[in-house]
Amino acid sequence: MPGRRIRLNFVNLFLWLLGGGLLAFAAYGSFLTLIEGRIQPNQWQNLIVAGVALGSVYALIALGYTLVYGILFMINFAHGEVFMWGAFTAFFAATALNDAGMMASNPVLAFFLVLATSMLVSMVVAIMLERIAYRPLRGAPRLVPLITAIGASLFLQYTARGFYGSGVRAYPDYTIFDGTISLGFLSLSVKQAVVILAAVGLMVGLYLFINRTRTGRAMRAVSEDKDVAAMMGINVDRIIVTTFAIGGLLAGAAGILYTLIFNQVLFFMGFLPGIKAFTAAVLGGIGNVIGAALGGLILGVVEQLGPNLFLSGYGVPSPNQLKDVIAFSVLVLVLIFRPSGLLGRKENT
Amino acid sequence: MSPMVRRALTLGLFGGIAGIHVSLVGIVNTFQTRDLIADIVTIGSVIPMLIAIMVGWLAGRAPRHAAELAAPTALGAGAVAGAVTGTILALLAILVDSVSLTWILVNARPQLATILQFEQGPVVGSVLLIAGGAALGAAGAVLHILPGAIARSIAMAGIITIIVALMEPFIGAVLRNVELRAIEGFLYDSGGLTLPGFILVFALIGAGVYGWATRGDRARARVEAMPPDRRRAAKIAVYLATIGILLILPQIVGQRLSEVIGTVGIYVLLGLGLNIVVGFAGLLDLGYVAFFAVGAYTTAILTSPASPVFTPELPFWGALPFVILAAALIGLAVGAPVLRLRGDYLAIVTLGFGEIAREIFKSAWAQPVTGGAQGILSIPEPIPFSRDPQSIYYPILFFCILAAIAATTLASSRVGRAWNAMREDESVAEATGVNTIKYKLLAFGLGAAFGCLGGAFFGAKIGVVFPDSFNILVSINALALIILGGMGNIAGVVLGAFVLVGLPELLREFAEYRLLIYGVVLVVMMLLRPEGLLPSRSRRAELHEVKDEDDDDMYADEVGEETGRPVVTA
Repeated sequence: MPGRRIRLNFVNLFLWLLGGGLLAFAAYGSFLTLIEGRIQPNQWQNLIVAGVALGSVYALIALGYTLVYGILFMINFAHGEVFMWGAFTAFFAATALNDAGMMASNPVLAFFLVLATSMLVSMVVAIMLERIAYRPLRGAPRLVPLITAIGASLFLQYTARGFYGSGVRAYPDYTIFDGTISLGFLSLSVKQAVVILAAVGLMVGLYLFINRTRTGRAMRAVSEDKDVAAMMGINVDRIIVTTFAIGGLLAGAAGILYTLIFNQVLFFMGFLPGIKAFTAAVLGGIGNVIGAALGGLILGVVEQLGPNLFLSGYGVPSPNQLKDVIAFSVLVLVLIFRPSGLLGRKENT
Repeated sequence: MSPMVRRALTLGLFGGIAGIHVSLVGIVNTFQTRDLIADIVTIGSVIPMLIAIMVGWLAGRAPRHAAELAAPTALGAGAVAGAVTGTILALLAILVDSVSLTWILVNARPQLATILQFEQGPVVGSVLLIAGGAALGAAGAVLHILPGAIARSIAMAGIITIIVALMEPFIGAVLRNVELRAIEGFLYDSGGLTLPGFILVFALIGAGVYGWATRGDRARARVEAMPPDRRRAAKIAVYLATIGILLILPQIVGQRLSEVIGTVGIYVLLGLGLNIVVGFAGLLDLGYVAFFAVGAYTTAILTSPASPVFTPELPFWGALPFVILAAALIGLAVGAPVLRLRGDYLAIVTLGFGEIAREIFKSAWAQPVTGGAQGILSIPEPIPFSRDPQSIYYPILFFCILAAIAATTLASSRVGRAWNAMREDESVAEATGVNTIKYKLLAFGLGAAFGCLGGAFFGAKIGVVFPDSFNILVSINALALIILGGMGNIAGVVLGAFVLVGLPELLREFAEYRLLIYGVVLVVMMLLRPEGLLPSRSRRAELHEVKDEDDDDMYADEVGEETGRPVVTA
């Protein structure tokens, strides 16, 4: 906007001071940590690889948030639960296949079977969510669908708890994914490689789907302007369901990839990854597909690297306890400095 | 297939799914231990029956914009729907009995099948389920055929009688406490109503509801017709009577229930505070637990001899001013960064703040101050009151009343109107000269003050603070109770706290399904009655106005106008 002046008022000043202070704190902490040199280069490298693997899971979940937000302008608060249902399905499918001996005899097929079932179940959960909880409320005041989403999230969480029990269940181990790969100076475990590759594959697939197919074009049209899209003969309801379905598929895939990394499932597991993936979506610019992927990666790396890099220099004991604090601080900082996110359109702010 | 039949089948299917859900979640198994009528029927087996009745009632209802159904059609539809539900449950019972699914579904035990089949074995049980489903479905549909007042009294009497049976631990304890053992013995036996007790309660409540439905208008008219000064006098008399009852309540209900009421009181404080932020100012704060935690920790650090820092220990009341100070600070700290955010962004960021607060209190880094994961022990009692639930009730009650008065006064003041304007449309409010920054911070500050007070009493009441008591569920609790009760309304907050916090504390069986029920409550309330059970008048009007003029979002200006159907313009 030409001739726009920066309003320097009390609030902005306060926010900039707060943000600047946090950034300076982090920078000085990193400096202290690095000159202290207690953490070896290969440890840093491991942290980064772990961060990228975790970040690609966040990215997959974040895509669900971003797609839905791009079309409905609502935060699907229950998306973390869709992810959790995928993870639980993956657990049961994997256990069943393991008991049937298929994991040993044909591990690759078993992996894809598990992936397919968990994606499918997550998709069904996401579609039902849209149909039952959100569609009747389209057009209601802003807070109403958000509160519904919180309710749906609780419902899905505690249904899982009632169905599957409240304990942590350990995931059967994929022995084929044991071992490490080293690419020159970089070494990563096979599991991490699988997670990263699968996530990248899905994201490329999504990108092609959105940009190359008819349905993808319709999705973009609906997110641009629903009424005009409807006038052009696009069935908006169907596109919205498709969007939820795609978000569900990706969350289901994220579910199995997450269990590959952490090896356990719990009814509460969707909460934190859900919030963090939302953070990632905002960081990348909500509504922006590439932004969500980028935001996920950045957040994963910051979360793994941050506690050690920013805090251990100050002598904070067991800094990893504070990794969620760092992730949420990222969210607050982004919303203060660049609410439209890294790749978001500026006029959206 | 006629649309009526299709509708009945669909409803029956939904009923079946609901039945499968409550069965597999474990509700049926859990409530099997409780009798509705002693030795005759358990609450566990009543739940599937209730679903069949519900489904029949829905199926027998006239479709929207249509005339009432003819009696045989309604009955038939109800019976079909109920039978479908019964069939699905019969299939579930057979499946659970024959295939071992417990490694996935922990509640799919043979016991579940036994309950569903009324302990009659698979063949008789299935027939019973289907036939009973049809009969109950038809019974549900009968409610449409009966005259409105009678149908309503039967339905209400049924629901309340079940609640009375469920509340046996509560009502029984009160009756024993006030030495009315004879009544208790007449009504209750082995955790459920006796058959005469059941009939009596059902008849009494039915008659009461019927009386109110037929004569209530006249009573209301008589109150309306009173001259203003007498009406005010009556109002004051009601208030005084309420306060009088509240004052002697702990003595009536006894030790254990006073404990529950104390917890309810703390949640009333939280609800009143959150109501200022969410209900008045329209800022959806999901991190309200941060205020609660700060209040509890400030109290603990300042008063407890076990706290590592701050050695000159204050008495509880001496710490209270500092708690309010801390509340102001934390209110500003949470409020300032989110000043420019609206709607759902604000919700997520505050949620983040709530988590940040807990993580920091818990971390080893903060251990020297907050005791880390071990928390802080031995918080002193608020002398002259003790930690005894019958004693600490009084200061909590006092602050609840104070908070309620403050909230009522605020709501009708200039500040309240500014909040109202802000909630309606922030840009317009700002344009008409409302200093939104000031009023947002004020809302957060006051909300924080109530939350911190609640926290302080929480600490004093249980004598310890642990970081894990301050999780997201506290925020969800507070939010759910103001939504159930009616956002923006003080009586609603009290009602919500009693229903959502008090009842689960009383009904041990519910405790496990509390959050599941919260989820259902939130969704159903938003779908059917977004203004809550006891809405404020303006809120009801707001939520039922034409729904296409909502554009209160800075990120998207086309929110809410989409119906998704093609629009044809001339």
